[in-house]
This record gives sequence, structure tokens and C-alpha cells, in this order.
Amino acid sequence: MSTLAATFLSGGSAVADLSMVLPLQFGLGVVGELVFGALLYILEQWYWLLDWVYYFTGVEMLNPDYRYMHRAILVGLCIGVIAPLIGTFLVHRQLALIGDALAHTAFAGVAVGLFLNSVIDLGVSPYLTAVIVAMIAALFIELISEVTDAYNDVSMAIVLSTGFALGTTLISLNAGGLAVGVNQYLFGNLATVSPQSTAIMLVLFALVVLTVVFTRNQLLFVTFDETAAAVSGISVNWYNRVVVMLTAMVVVGAMQIMGVILVAAMLVVPVAGATQVSRSFTESLLLSVVLAQLAVLLGIGVAYYTGVTAGGIIVLTAVGIYVCTVALGKIQSALGEQATPDMGSIDADGEVGSGIESD
Amino acid sequence: MSKTDYDTATAASAEQVATGAEQDDAASEPIVDIDDVTFGYTATPVIEDVSLTIDAGEYVAMVGPNGSGKSTLMQLLLGLLEPDTGSARLFGERASRFDDGERIGYVSQHASAAKEMPITVREVVKMGRFAHLDLGRVGGENRPILDALRKEPLATTFDALNTVFGRLSAADWRVVDDALATVGMSAFADRRITQLSGGQRQRAFIARALASEADLLVLDEPTVGVDAESVDAFYDLLGALNAQGITVLLIEHDLGAVVEHADRVVCLNREVYFDGPTEEFVESDALARAFGTEARFLSGVDR
Repeated sequence: MSTLAATFLSGGSAVADLSMVLPLQFGLGVVGELVFGALLYILEQWYWLLDWVYYFTGVEMLNPDYRYMHRAILVGLCIGVIAPLIGTFLVHRQLALIGDALAHTAFAGVAVGLFLNSVIDLGVSPYLTAVIVAMIAALFIELISEVTDAYNDVSMAIVLSTGFALGTTLISLNAGGLAVGVNQYLFGNLATVSPQSTAIMLVLFALVVLTVVFTRNQLLFVTFDETAAAVSGISVNWYNRVVVMLTAMVVVGAMQIMGVILVAAMLVVPVAGATQVSRSFTESLLLSVVLAQLAVLLGIGVAYYTGVTAGGIIVLTAVGIYVCTVALGKIQSALGEQATPDMGSIDADGEVGSGIESD
Repeated sequence: MSKTDYDTATAASAEQVATGAEQDDAASEPIVDIDDVTFGYTATPVIEDVSLTIDAGEYVAMVGPNGSGKSTLMQLLLGLLEPDTGSARLFGERASRFDDGERIGYVSQHASAAKEMPITVREVVKMGRFAHLDLGRVGGENRPILDALRKEPLATTFDALNTVFGRLSAADWRVVDDALATVGMSAFADRRITQLSGGQRQRAFIARALASEADLLVLDEPTVGVDAESVDAFYDLLGALNAQGITVLLIEHDLGAVVEHADRVVCLNREVYFDGPTEEFVESDALARAFGTEARFLSGVDR
């Protein structure tokens, strides 16, 4: 690898290029430092807030000595918002499993990051490479579906297993780091949520929430009736790409706590629960966020006090909540069949019609 | 609406279109203008040398056997597909470049719209307003946004923010409520769409098209799976809307309904077999030629 780089750099043009690249790299570095600094400041305020909560309530899990728990709770709260937010637009298009496919490609991204770090000592967060690889895979799945005119579960299965195969191959090449690295990414771990990965999560959170706030109308229209949305002038392909890219971001963000294998559950289970009992789309969106928060906070609490893996207990809690909503939905529909309102008569004789009659 | 009312209404709308055309040259431009279009998904064309114009205020039905290219032609004229040869124009613009989406209301087959999504009738109708939510309308008609900002800075900023965040204005909500009232679905506004019958559901979709204040209503086999009584009410609604000046293009397999309600019939099977007034269509042999052996299903049609 290094010989290759040396051959490349010894070329005449490379010297000229380097003088242009270095200031650019420096500039990017400064911007990166500034953003990271701002995010660390937000994190400091969060610690301060939870310290106060600890002093008032005495909840042991919030002890200021356990900063990693403060970070894990912050990351968990972010997951509880963005996962069901995007999940709602996936579940109602029968795309529930795309999260799983992207999580496995994100694992390949983690492996790429670990590999680069050990081979050329890049020092980059594996979560960052995971975001990049997962987003490329997301675009790839979307392009396949655009060309073949349908979301194809075969292509999704291929992308899923390719991602995981690539990940395991790279990790086994990178001998030594195997034991430490893989478990953390496969199953998630509360204790390994670093300030750096919390900062990445905050950036992903902001991107996902802002995108959904600004495009929710179009996303809803495309989700509900793709052809009518296209006729009304919405660029359906473009919004589909947005959704899969956001899914990739959510998956990587949630991976730190949930792990590759269970991350897709957060996209699907709270949404499925909310669908059972909601009467409107807005209600289902809000309720799915509430249910996800409940699952995440209960799950992290139980994981802390019993020492079990957080990802597993969060998903089990979410499924428990889902079962309750199914029962509630059944009771609701058994009791709720009230009198059907009378259908109004058609009233299309507006001003145009009456004007003609008087002519 | 009785048959006589309907006839008066269509005659009146034809008259209205005629006077409209005299007043304004731009209005006389056909809404849909398909010129010598050929299209195929593979080397074999599905649509061959088809020409079709639809003027404002017409009530056109497109019929043809299964696989005759009806839906393909519809997608071509809506700009969802690009013709291999020939041109497709919508409101005078190239169909695939047309971006005034709010001028077209599209109602798909009942089956494809039946999702288990938790969404209310009002939320569905509200989608009709989305195409209107662009910054161009801030500050009112024919008033550049900067001008409006200088005169009413607070109100304009508020308007602009609402538009950017995709929030409907009070006026938008009034249009939504009016559309619901027009199709007689006000009482169902807060019902989940999955709780409605097929006929009620299609009314909600019509309301969405009305909320977008569409000039052209395109319906792709809208009465599949809808009970007979609701079908009658549905066609009455379409007739009434057409009488108000909305152009209707109906893609339909139920020939009885077509003969009873549409003014003009386009009979398609890869190429156009017939294009003319409904009465002439009933007299002609276009049906037998286009449908071939399927023509036996047409015995129910009054001749």
C-alpha cells in the first residue's frame, strides 16, 4: 500500500497537487475541530443537566462518575426519535427489512475503518467509515430498484450478505483486533459510547430530523401513493434516495448501542406498535417516537442494573410494548365501532353551475 | 343528479368552453396533445402512432381490452414515461417537463391505494395542497416576494416560514374542507381511510384532486372493487364536476358506464380504433375490431 502511495507521490504532477490539497485539508481540519468543539460543549451541558437530575433523584445510573452512561442515554434518546421517524416511512412501503440490509453493510464499513486504521494508521472513527459505506450501499439498493422498477428482496438479500461477508473478511485479514472490535459492533455496548461517537450521533440526529421536518409532506405523499405523487410534480426517485440515505444514517447512529444485528428492530417495532392504535398519520408518527423512547430508556435502565446487553433488552421491551398495542388495538376496534355517520350528498353545483343556469 | 340535469349541465359546460375560447386564445390550446406517439417497453411497441387531443371541459373515456396500452398511454400523457417517437404535450408544455402538478388530479385503482396505513381522510385530501406550497405564492398574486417583504415584513416572513416548513395556511385548510364537502365526505374527515368502503375511499381521492384545484382529472379504472350503488354516485359526482368545467379523462373497463356517462370515447388497442362521440361509438364496429373475442362481454351495452 505504502509503495503504491510513494510511486503516486513521486510523479511530477503530484507535487503541484499536494500544495493545493494541504491548505484544503487544513481548512477542513479547522472546520471539523470547530464543529466537534461545539458538539463537545453540548455534551458538557448534557452532563451538567444529568448531574442535577442525579442530585435531585439519586438514581444511581446517573452518577457523575459514570459519564459513559450519560452519553449512552443521550445516544439512546436520539435513536428513539430518529429511528421511528424514518421507520414510519419505510414500514408503510413494505421496506421494513432495508434497515437490516444497511446495518450489515454498515458492518462492512466498520471493518473498512478498522482495517485502514491498522494498515495505514488513519485514526478515523469506524462509525464514520460505516456511515459512508452504508450510504453508498443505500444508494446502490435504490438505483437497482429504479432500474428494475421494484424493490427487490433478492437484491436486498445480496447486498446484506455481501456487506457482512466483506466485513468478516476484512476483520479476519486484520488479525489481532478481532476479539475487541467485533463484539462491540455486532451487539452494541453502553460502556463504549465515546464522546467522539456521541458527536457523530448528534450530527446524524440533526441531519435526519431537519430533513424530515422540511420534506415530510413529500415523503408522506410518496409513501402513500407514489404515482399520484409523481403526477403532482414530486420527484419520486429523489425522495426515495433521501429516505434510504437517512436510513443508512439512522442505522449507523443506532449501531453503537443496538449493535448491527438488532438495529433494524428500532426502525420497525415501535412503528408497528403505533400503527395498531393510531387514528391518523401524525398521531402514529408521534406515538411511535413515544413508544421508542419508552423502550430505549427502560432497556438502558434494565441493562445497567442487571448487566445484560442493552440492545437485546431494548428490543425485547419494544416487542413487549408492541404486544400490548396489538391487544389495545383489538379492544379499541371491538368497542369503537360506533354509529357510522351519514355520507353527505354530493354538492358539486358550485358557482359555475348556478351561473350557467341563470344565463 | 338525474339524467336530464346531467344533459343540461354538459350542454352548458360545452357552451361555457366555447365562450371561454373566444375570450382567450390561450384557453383554446388543447389540455392534452398526443401527436403520433409510439412507445414500447421492449422492441415491440405497446402504443403505435397514436394521436389524441383533449380540449378543456371534455369528458373523455378511454376503453380497450386488457394489455391494450391504456395505462401506458395515460403515463405517456402525464409525462411519467417519455415517448420513443412523437410528442406528448400537457397544457402546451412537453409532458415530461410539465411541473404544474397541481393542475392534474390523479385517481388510481382502488386496489393500489388500499394500504394499511394509519391515515385519515383529511390527511389524504390535504396532500392535494402540497403542490401549492412553494415560495412563489408568498405575498399574494403577482407580487414579488421582496415587494411584499417591504410592505408587510412580519406577515410575509410568517407566510414564508410556514411555506418552507410545509405548513398549510388557513386558506389551504378551507379548500380542503370545501373539497370534502363537495364529495359529501365531511362527516368522515377524521376516519382512517382503511375503515372506509371502496366507494367512500374513491370519493376521498377525488376530494384530493379537487383540493389541488386540478383542471384535469385523470382516473385509472376508479370503480374496480366498488359496489354498484357507490359506482352510480361516483359517476354522478364526475358528471357534476365536469359540468363545472373540469376536464375528465376516464380509463375504464366497464363499457356500460362509459356509454352512459362519457361524451367522447377513445377506443384503444395498441392504436386508436375509434375516437369520437359516444353515440357514434355505440353504432360503430370499433368495439368488435378492438376487442376481438372479448366483444361478447359487451352484450349488456344498449345499442
